[in-house]
Amino acid sequence: MDMMLQILAPEIALLIASMALLIGDAFWAKRYPALTFQLTLATLVVVMVIIIATFSWESLQLFNGAFIRDGVADVLKVAMIAMTLLAFIFARDYLLKRDIERGEYYVMGMISLLGMMVLASAYDMISLFMGLEIMSLSLYAMIAMQKDSVFAIESAMKYFVLGAMATGLLLYGMSLVYGNVGSLQFATIYQTLSATGVSLVVGLGLVFILVGLAFKFGAAPFHNWVPDVYHGSPTGITLFLAAAPKIAAFALMFRLLIEGLEVAVMQWQSILIILAVLSLVVGNVVAIAQTNLKRMLAYSTIAHMGFILLGFMTGNIEGYAAAMFYVVTYALMSIGGFGVIVALSRRGFEADNIRDLSGLGRRNPLLALIMLVLLLSMAGIPPFVGFYAKLVVLTQVVEAGFTSLAVFAVLMSVIGAYYYLRVIKVMYFDEPLENMVDAHFATASLRVGLVFVGTLVLLLGIMPGDLLSLFSMVMTY
Amino acid sequence: MSEFLQLSDVLLFGAILFVLSLAGIFLNRKNLIIILMSIELMLLAVNTNLVAFSSYQENMHGQVFVFFILTVAAAEAAIGLALLVLLFRNKHSINVDDLSEMKG
Repeated sequence: MDMMLQILAPEIALLIASMALLIGDAFWAKRYPALTFQLTLATLVVVMVIIIATFSWESLQLFNGAFIRDGVADVLKVAMIAMTLLAFIFARDYLLKRDIERGEYYVMGMISLLGMMVLASAYDMISLFMGLEIMSLSLYAMIAMQKDSVFAIESAMKYFVLGAMATGLLLYGMSLVYGNVGSLQFATIYQTLSATGVSLVVGLGLVFILVGLAFKFGAAPFHNWVPDVYHGSPTGITLFLAAAPKIAAFALMFRLLIEGLEVAVMQWQSILIILAVLSLVVGNVVAIAQTNLKRMLAYSTIAHMGFILLGFMTGNIEGYAAAMFYVVTYALMSIGGFGVIVALSRRGFEADNIRDLSGLGRRNPLLALIMLVLLLSMAGIPPFVGFYAKLVVLTQVVEAGFTSLAVFAVLMSVIGAYYYLRVIKVMYFDEPLENMVDAHFATASLRVGLVFVGTLVLLLGIMPGDLLSLFSMVMTY
Repeated sequence: MSEFLQLSDVLLFGAILFVLSLAGIFLNRKNLIIILMSIELMLLAVNTNLVAFSSYQENMHGQVFVFFILTVAAAEAAIGLALLVLLFRNKHSINVDDLSEMKG
């Protein structure tokens, strides 16, 4: 019992708090409008402290091996909570400006976070599926919260249909693996497959699983929903969508492919290479044609997912650690990028076209500087963290013997640098549009948060060693 | 498995359901409700598979999984229909081809 409490404490705390806030908000929403937000932040901080306080290096299992608490899960959970915290702080500004700030946003965000945490700790196909669905169902509802926006509803519907279909494909693959192995537990699947080898049926199941994963990741050629969803969702929700769920997608892939099906590495390696190459091409090339900043960032996400898949594809622990470093730092950069869009936008003006940024260097030097740091980091220019993340992934790709693939990825990044630099050119060298009101820099918390993200991107780029060695340590355990 | 019903028969049935649901999602250009029905059908195809395999492997894991999938499918249908209502209120249409506000 004690053991169970110790392992499950973060999830239990988060679940109870979100249920309590859902009920409480109905009572106090009128009198204390900011209370739900403050309590949400407090909850997230408490959950994070609980995880760090009960951090465990060795793996502890619960519920007959359906739930696992290990270093990887704990590190991913802390990263997810940190991203959610930032997302809530940034999004509040956006929601307040449009009068759609409701307690339900934070509650659904917390429930979605709960799903991500279950996903990070899943050691069984049932808990993996439950975590995935808890996360996704809350996300669909969150996008549709802006009830009178045609864009938001349309993108929620697209996300829903494609997300549900991806889940269906994933489940079909899981059922085939189960039919061959006779167990849903990753540990048992791993042992059985190492003893019997990978049969044709497991290989077929693996294909379905990979297609489902690629959908969830937003990797080409299953990427079509990403630009529409990023573009159509209210920016305050896009920034939530673009950060923590990406880390959760990493967790999903790690648990399923590495812990469960690593024996089939020969089979999934080649498929991942194809997905990664296509993502790099589609993401970087199509982004050039975009005039909408949110769509451009969506295509850049696809390209970044290509890099993460490259880290996975290596099939060794250092490669997974590099992919983990990439996904965490990428989530930080993308939340910052969307945060800048939120800071620029007003009611009735979404500031999501690239030309809306013109002359930002003069209108608002601090905001422009932060955007500059984030864009240079995404492009992979030193000394920012994006450069280091690309470097560690490419190092692992070369060490695994795929030199031509690494060269290809670098070439694609060079193409990618073009559209990032174009935004910087618009910000610093273009004249402001005539009807442009001075960008007012909204709430203090948004300002502090953005400066924090910008500083972190710079600091982690200068000293990435500690974080990276932490990641490879938890992976090795 | 009984002597009348082989594992392969049930799997074939599941596969047919699965392909039908995929066709329903991709080929249908008219009505969003058909897409929602196809999603349900897809999950049911998976359930058929899991039950067949559970009986074949002689353990209960697959059948337990089915209960979880059924529960989630119900929640998913609720959210899908809620989105459909919102969409109809905003656009006065549930035509798949009308979902094209965003281009690029």
